[in-house]
Amino acid sequence: MKTRSLVLPGKGVRRVYAALFAVMAFTGFGQMPIFKRYYVSDIPGMGWSADFYLTHTIHYLGAIVLLGLFAYLAADYLLSVRRRYRLTAAGMVRAALLAGIVITGIFRVLKNLPDVTFSPAFTLIIDIAHLGFMMVFLVAALAFALTKKGWVLEREMNPS
Amino acid sequence: MSKHLSRRTFLKAGIAAAGALTASRLPLPNAVKGASSKELATLIDIRKCIGCGACVEACQWTNESKYPEPEKPFPRMYPSRVKVSDWSDKRDVTDRLTPYNWLFIQEATVTVDGEERTLTIPRRCMHCQNPPCADLCPWGAARKLENGITRIHPDICLGGSKCKVVCPWHIPQRQTGTGLYLDILPSFAGNGVMYKCDRCYDRVAQGELPACIEICPEQVQKIGPRDAIVAEAHAIAKEIGGYLYGEKENGGTNTIYVSPVPFEELNRAIEKGPGRPHLKPVEDAMAHADNLAKAMVIAPIVGIAAAAARFLKSTSRRPESQEKEDRS
Repeated sequence: MKTRSLVLPGKGVRRVYAALFAVMAFTGFGQMPIFKRYYVSDIPGMGWSADFYLTHTIHYLGAIVLLGLFAYLAADYLLSVRRRYRLTAAGMVRAALLAGIVITGIFRVLKNLPDVTFSPAFTLIIDIAHLGFMMVFLVAALAFALTKKGWVLEREMNPS
Repeated sequence: MSKHLSRRTFLKAGIAAAGALTASRLPLPNAVKGASSKELATLIDIRKCIGCGACVEACQWTNESKYPEPEKPFPRMYPSRVKVSDWSDKRDVTDRLTPYNWLFIQEATVTVDGEERTLTIPRRCMHCQNPPCADLCPWGAARKLENGITRIHPDICLGGSKCKVVCPWHIPQRQTGTGLYLDILPSFAGNGVMYKCDRCYDRVAQGELPACIEICPEQVQKIGPRDAIVAEAHAIAKEIGGYLYGEKENGGTNTIYVSPVPFEELNRAIEKGPGRPHLKPVEDAMAHADNLAKAMVIAPIVGIAAAAARFLKSTSRRPESQEKEDRS
């Protein structure tokens, strides 16, 4: 019998994660001036997608929830899940890419604060890296989904 | 060993958010601090301006080498709704902002001390303290320098015009047919380069004055540390019973206007439209980001607390037999 502490995040958490990531990807790409150009904002009900300030606010709100969720999942893994499961290589790749997205995102948030100025080169790097990490993550996540490579595998207990 | 490494990797990935965001609340090292004290602001005393246009001409002479030389014919744009923006054959336009004219004189006929007068107002980028154009540029092409100048780098800008959309005054102006987009997907992404006043960043870096300030025969403009400029602007306003614009607009800018008449009145009197910015009050466009950034510090802490609570709850209920199994 599995105890509650060793159970992986349930469907609810996974759905929230997937929905959040979709929102973050959409509003993130919406920071580029492409939704108006390519008629996305012309779709009935999608006019908001061309409002940079609105998509930026949604992106920040999503980041708040996602940061909380990542912290929860990471702490849950360290406290409980790792006793029974181990990260796969695919899981580690995804975790590393997510770390890249989060860290560059944090620097972007810092950059947007008043009285914080980064050098032009560093500004360029974090802006491009944030987008780059996200695009690589989407490709990796798709590849892992197609090849059915999950985040974790159950550890072998009492191999005898 | 690999297990330990994977744990560490995961730990870094997951906890980085909490650590780095918590750090954002701590005092920042000088290397990344925007140094408000280092920011230079300009004071524009509208009373002194005679509208001679010397500043406009000096701006053009000085910055001519930065102006675009677009390649023609322009790439065909897709979809067809994307319009080219070509000012290369209208370089002599000086009554509005264009990619070839980063400063112009706005006129306002108003009543001053019971007498009708036409005031002339030099207009250009305000160089905001927290510029939305730089904050929201997806490529890092627009950036704020430590000395308070906001600059768009022409070699990186793709001309998407987002900076113009998010600018409260819609200052940057696009020229099609130039810049990086020509080397990527010229028909499908980008549309040139955005141009605006860079407050002669190269001259300022060498200790020189911006051209518009240096040439002015009436000393309409002055540049100096922002604190001193703001103090002087307040002193003038108090002396003449005047009004300020730019100190609080958009959360604070590095261009402070002093006027003998309220800016509401000036705003009503000036010609506004594309390339001709308003003089309305402006709320801080990035205030939402500042407020939400605070919540980002709390979110990971809540997440960790939730996981800890779940762990404690589960261990307190764990059957003895399961504990034995785990230990084995």
